[in-house]
Amino acid sequence: MQTDMMRPLLLLPEMLLVVGALTALLGGSFVPRHRQWIIRVLTAVVLVAVVGTAAVGLAGPTRTAFDDSFTVDTATGAARIIAAVGTLLVLVLAADEIAGAARESEICALLLFGTAGTVLLAGADDLLVLAVGFLLATIPLYGLIGIVSTAAGAEAAVKTYLLGALLGILLLLGVTVLSGLTGSTGYADLTARLADAPPGAVTAAAVALVAGLVFKAGGVPGHFWVPDAAQGANATAATFLTTVPKIGALVAIYRLVGVLPDTVPWPVLVATVAVASMTWGNLAAYWQSDPRRLLGWSTVSQVGFLLVPVVVAGRSDLALPSLLLYLAGYTVTNIAAFAVTAALPDRRDLADYRGLAAQAPWLAAALVVALLGLVGTPPTVVFIGKLTTATAAWDGGHGWLAVVVFANTLISLFYYLRWIVPTYRRPEPGGHPAERSSAVGRWASRTAVTAAAVSLALGLAGGMVWTAVSGP
Amino acid sequence: MIIFLPLVAGLALAALPRLGDRTARWTWVAVTAVDLALIIGLWLRYETPPPGGLAFEEQVPWIPGVNSSYHLGVDGLSLPLIAMTGVIFLACAVYALRNRRRPRAQAALFLFLHSVSLGLFLAADLILFFVFFDLSIVGMYFVIAGWGHGNPGRSAMKFFLYTFLGSLALLVGFIGLYVAAEPHTFDMPALAAATPLAGRPLAGGLVLAAILVGLAVKTPTVPFHTWLPPAHTDAPSVGSAVLAGVLLKMGTYGFVRIAMPMLPQAWRAWAWVIVVVGVVSVLYGALVALAQTNVKRMIAYTSVNHMGYIVLAVGVAGLVAGDTAAARSIAVTGAVYQMVSHGLITAALFLLTGVLRDRAGSYEMREYGGLAAPAPRFAAVFAVGAFASLGLPAFTGFIAEFQIFTGSVAAAPVTAVAILGILVTAALFLRALQGLLAGDTRGRAVGFTDLRPAEVWSVGPLLLLSLLFGVLPRPLLDVIEPASATVIDLVGR
Repeated sequence: MQTDMMRPLLLLPEMLLVVGALTALLGGSFVPRHRQWIIRVLTAVVLVAVVGTAAVGLAGPTRTAFDDSFTVDTATGAARIIAAVGTLLVLVLAADEIAGAARESEICALLLFGTAGTVLLAGADDLLVLAVGFLLATIPLYGLIGIVSTAAGAEAAVKTYLLGALLGILLLLGVTVLSGLTGSTGYADLTARLADAPPGAVTAAAVALVAGLVFKAGGVPGHFWVPDAAQGANATAATFLTTVPKIGALVAIYRLVGVLPDTVPWPVLVATVAVASMTWGNLAAYWQSDPRRLLGWSTVSQVGFLLVPVVVAGRSDLALPSLLLYLAGYTVTNIAAFAVTAALPDRRDLADYRGLAAQAPWLAAALVVALLGLVGTPPTVVFIGKLTTATAAWDGGHGWLAVVVFANTLISLFYYLRWIVPTYRRPEPGGHPAERSSAVGRWASRTAVTAAAVSLALGLAGGMVWTAVSGP
Repeated sequence: MIIFLPLVAGLALAALPRLGDRTARWTWVAVTAVDLALIIGLWLRYETPPPGGLAFEEQVPWIPGVNSSYHLGVDGLSLPLIAMTGVIFLACAVYALRNRRRPRAQAALFLFLHSVSLGLFLAADLILFFVFFDLSIVGMYFVIAGWGHGNPGRSAMKFFLYTFLGSLALLVGFIGLYVAAEPHTFDMPALAAATPLAGRPLAGGLVLAAILVGLAVKTPTVPFHTWLPPAHTDAPSVGSAVLAGVLLKMGTYGFVRIAMPMLPQAWRAWAWVIVVVGVVSVLYGALVALAQTNVKRMIAYTSVNHMGYIVLAVGVAGLVAGDTAAARSIAVTGAVYQMVSHGLITAALFLLTGVLRDRAGSYEMREYGGLAAPAPRFAAVFAVGAFASLGLPAFTGFIAEFQIFTGSVAAAPVTAVAILGILVTAALFLRALQGLLAGDTRGRAVGFTDLRPAEVWSVGPLLLLSLLFGVLPRPLLDVIEPASATVIDLVGR
């Protein structure tokens, strides 16, 4: 009976990630510098194995492990696959940057730990698991951001650390209040008992919990670290931390609001965060001249869009599938955009992109697909995500939110176009300084093209993806 | 098959970097010709489907979760536009045989646009329609930005932002329809049969407003037309031809395909607003065109005027009263006829202005004079185009405008005001002919080279078709009339 309740094998993907991370960390110390690629291959193998085992788990029925503290259902399965594929793409992208670098195996280990944290968050069915997942997903980020020893990197790391510590404590406070009110931390018990708890205290705890998770997702008001980190950290870290942690955080918010009773006005709370996040992110991205910083702000606005289906959680059948679909689409599309910046480390201003189309047509095409994809232009997958998200919002009785989504989409188009326009300009006569030293990261550009192609393919095969994330 | 042939060819052209420019240009012509042949084959096998039905239907589930499918079909509203699209793209391909600026990329881009335009007119699913609608914007953006002149970046950006705003408004409207329909669906025939929002005037009005804004930006009608003149002026001439000939029709086609059948009650309630917008567009477009000194800009504004007739006609169709069904049906037939007619004639005129720029580098009317002497063929063809555009009998424009006014004035006599638009258009075209062609040869007209074969063979067929269907309108009317009668029935529900 006891073993039946534990069912540790259900957590095989998480275990693989943690064991893989430990192996990478320890193994890295014993492998000579020029053979560090072995660790990277090992990391990739672990991630592929995670995708495989997660796919097997996705096919099975919904089950829980460790006394109902961790759920393995469609959402967890999809989050595992998306996170692992995302990390795998980041790893390929990183090849230009970290091959032979001093911290190669450490970066691999941190990536794996971060991924493990994010899938724990996604599957958490207990406040304590949520807290553990939060810490496991957050702490590796500090390391990843600070691993470049530049002033900007250090500043970004400190900023992230301070904000993370503050909002992490808030999250723990929320956990404490809820468990104090109900005497339990499991979601099943909370659902049953919170209805009778004083609404004020529950609301306060919910605000604290959502604030912590929004930090993780990089949305307003926990977003201050995102643009700095996207600009200051190296390309590997920037791509990873603007993509993968969001997956876990958003699924965790989705599960959390399912626990809250109707006495708590959580739809208004989440809708406010969503609208603030998309609007603020978009407006701040407007006049950024560094493409990485622009993308950083754009991810803030994307979190706003991603929170929309959470608002109607439980009121529309479309809510969860559209959230997962959007997450999948966002992950590949955002990685494609970051991969382009990683492939062109010398171009750190939008004006430097002038003439890129003539110089590297495939990379330019990938950039256009990625940026228009982030806008939500068909037939990329984000379009389907945005469409179903807005439909879910309207279906759940929040038609105004659908209108806000599209108004913000229009606003976002402008700054993405600011980046596309120079790309397709003719190169300046005499050549731009950045062009002469035209270093193009081979692996990063391959990642960019692949991720952009996947984003298109997923869009065209939208029906299949939808079926996969709709669950049995 | 018809849709994706150009797309596949376009991708092949884009992917094969070593292909010579010459091969690329001829492949483009060949592909568009084959595609047009396929369309003609389709037309020959076409039989009028039952009211509300579609011919040559194809349906494959696409996103089953939201009941969206890859659903295609043709009827009397779309078939003429599909044929027109094929003709215009072929003409552009022939015209562009002389292009020297990155011909391979241009051919690939236009083949992409070709696919997208055909797909839009064939689509029988709102999401599919929207996908093609949006992709047409992206494609045209790159055409203007990549091959334009003057200040193409700015014009292209303005075009993109404006029409993207329109497409998003459209999408909001589509989602409204989806949510209101029971069961939820994006399928056009199903929505037209169900008429969601029938009993909810407020919600119906709001959804219609969203869809109308979306389509009105694309059409464009006053007051959403401000993107059009700069986009046309700075676009390359083949781009302008496609933009005016094909892309503008997407807006007006949306009126008869989506707004009228799916929201008949709201359409009737707001019909007067649409009529007024139509009349204002007609008059405003004509008057502003009269004030232009730039030939291309002038033709761009006459597009606003011509689109105004269509908006007027579809607006009148909503003025349901007593025994005017026959008159309103004539108006709708005239509107569809006008879409085809304007496509052919305006595409021809834009290609001709391209010749002006190509030879002398200016669109300014006052810099030319007496072109008839050095370039008799150009003068003849331009004169024919201008007369066709102002609605001279024996051209399609006359048939279309005659029907529109017969129908409109019978249903709502006030609309006769819009006839002034024809008068102004006639004046402005005669003035342009006089300024450009007549008198002593002077200014940039000195040493002007006459039309080359590629130019004659692209512009000529467009005007010949306009003449052909102006003299023998029956084959085209036989296709359109049943469909417009159906639309009138649907609006009358």
